[in-house]
Amino acid sequence: MNKRAAPVARQPTDWQTPAMQRHVRRRYAAERRFRLLGLAAVCASAAFLFYLLATMIAQGASGFTETRLALPLDLRGHVTVTRAQLNGAAADLALAGAGLENAVDAAADRAFPAQGGEALLSDGAWLRVRDAIKRHPRLLATPVTIPVPVATDIDMAYKGIGTPESEAAVAALGTHLSRGLNVSFFTGADATDPTRAGIWGALKGSLLTMLVTLALAFPIGVLSALYLEEYAPRNRWTDLIEVSINNLAAVPSIIFGLLGLAVFLGTFHMPRSGAIVGGLTLALMTMPVIVIAGRNAITAVPPSIRDAARALGASPIQVVFHHVLPLALPGILTGTIIGMARALGETAPLLMIGMRAFIAAPPGRLTDPATVLPVQIFLWSDDVQTGFVEKTSAAIIVLLVVLLAMNGLAIYLRNRFETRWK
Amino acid sequence: MSNAAPKMTASGVNVFYGRKQAIRDVSIDVRREDVTAFIGPSGCGKSTFLRTLNRMNDTIPGARVEGDIRLDGEDIYAKAMDVVQLRARVGMVFQKPNPFPKSIFENVAYGPRIHGLARSKADLAQIVERSLTRAGLWAEVKDRLSDSGTALSGGQQQRLCIARAIAVDPEVILMDEPCSALDPIATAKIEELIHELRGRYAIVIVTHNMQQAARVSQRTAFFHLGQLVEYGDTSDIFTNPRQDRTKDYITGRYG
Ligand SMILES: Nc1ncnc2c1ncn2[C@@H]1O[C@H](COP(=O)(O)OP(=O)(O)OP(=O)(O)O)[C@@H](O)[C@H]1O
Ligand SMILES: [Mg+2]
Repeated sequence: MNKRAAPVARQPTDWQTPAMQRHVRRRYAAERRFRLLGLAAVCASAAFLFYLLATMIAQGASGFTETRLALPLDLRGHVTVTRAQLNGAAADLALAGAGLENAVDAAADRAFPAQGGEALLSDGAWLRVRDAIKRHPRLLATPVTIPVPVATDIDMAYKGIGTPESEAAVAALGTHLSRGLNVSFFTGADATDPTRAGIWGALKGSLLTMLVTLALAFPIGVLSALYLEEYAPRNRWTDLIEVSINNLAAVPSIIFGLLGLAVFLGTFHMPRSGAIVGGLTLALMTMPVIVIAGRNAITAVPPSIRDAARALGASPIQVVFHHVLPLALPGILTGTIIGMARALGETAPLLMIGMRAFIAAPPGRLTDPATVLPVQIFLWSDDVQTGFVEKTSAAIIVLLVVLLAMNGLAIYLRNRFETRWK
Repeated sequence: MSNAAPKMTASGVNVFYGRKQAIRDVSIDVRREDVTAFIGPSGCGKSTFLRTLNRMNDTIPGARVEGDIRLDGEDIYAKAMDVVQLRARVGMVFQKPNPFPKSIFENVAYGPRIHGLARSKADLAQIVERSLTRAGLWAEVKDRLSDSGTALSGGQQQRLCIARAIAVDPEVILMDEPCSALDPIATAKIEELIHELRGRYAIVIVTHNMQQAARVSQRTAFFHLGQLVEYGDTSDIFTNPRQDRTKDYITGRYG
């Protein structure tokens, strides 16, 4: 009897055994699980984003509108100005001096005595009448009806969130009230009365600030990145600079605010709250971001391109400006716009340098007191008057639109330069 | 063979990368009218030595060159030497084709433009056409000069790089394994091109392909471990090598 087993030849793998099948099933399950998890994550973030946008638009849309009261006016005998006075630059002064505000208030008292009279009108109602008269001087000579903005409580009540009295007034006024686009929201600056508050002041402040930031941070950042990558020798000093720049990019923004306060206001005595100081402070914050993005984009340019240019006898500057920079530009621009978008949304450092003041006129120059969109949002959200709730949301929508426009610009520039340089 | 003064002479050249020595005491003459081939096993320093001839080693951090290298008797490592001009006089073609991501025309026109070699637009166009013709590429690209240089095939790209190098009208052309990324047909085209360029430019070519060295060159230098083992007429090196190491290498016993 031969009890010794023959040497076992290696059997071909049987893929049909239950163990194998289980193995395969487990692999499929893992794949499915992972895909579902990923899908869930994407859905969750999309849902958050959608919720944010939906609430902002739902709350903010009414911030772009105003309620108007059709006010019957007969200014004959109440306001006397000459034709000549209405033509010049002094027309505003002439109409104010002639008692137009009182006349408008009196007209409201006369037309709607039971509903509250002049209390129905926004503080700025007479300005609407004034502008209408400047366009059509004959309004002074005939009885007319002009739609004027109403006071905040009536406005709120008409939009559905009023006190019992104001809701009663709205019901009594009936069809005298109407809804319209609040143009002054896009042309005015901050005001104590929500119906008169506008976003243009803050938007212009933001634009001026960004202009200063870009004008400083972009050239300095790009030149630093180029110098560090293309010229600087690799030694302990450049290592130190590199570490400092990386750390600088991670420094909390409020610290840049303190730095700006100490340096630009304290040492250089620049005008407080000016867009120039805000821009300088944000440039300090944005520059490291641009340097880092720039260096990454520059290192990504293949060394073989540099060699090719050098071997043809291109000087170092020609290598950089003819070859490296154009190829790195899309990356540099993307980094710049990310940095600028961050600067646009920055609040804390600007509070430190006094850009949180109440600014009732859009800034004309870089040194004029200014505020910026996120600070304006912060200020309005802090206001106790109910009218500012919808203004806050409306301002957020404006800020988001500006941010989207910037990102759109980034994508446009990227595509443009990438197709050009392949 | 020739009594004319050599185009380039190198004597006692050492090259260091940091503390590591890559080239040891190499002396060599490059003749004006010949194609010179550098052969040797991988890592023996052929590329390193080639790059000393147009000072491309300057751009490598930590690289240091000692010794005396002259172009027409002029010390190219002298303080007074303008590296930019030197590289215009000693052109280079790399192992991997590296056209600029620009149009074919711009690739070739770049060198003449930065050195101010063309007097007018028409002149520049003529230089481009002549260079592409000499590089054997004109017929293939004359209708698509504004296409990107990177959209060409590998062999076409390498010929574009050669056209780009000869557009600045150099005196010497250095080629570092110009055919290693190419198929046999493209290789044959480039070898043919080297034949045609011979005499007009002094040519130095690094190659791993023994047959190629034998086909295109008149002089061959065999490098091993950073040293120049043997240098002589190509026919002698391949039929009658004096050193055992050379014989072993060209007969394929190692390397
Ligand atoms: N940039 C560098 N830094 C440090 N050492 C280098 C560098 N370039 C080359 N070397 C070293 O110098 C030696 C010679 O390299 P080189 O590139 O000249 O060889 P080669 O003969 O061209 O080889 P191959 O045929 O593979 O291209 C090698 O040992 C290599 O490791
Ligand atoms: Mg090599």
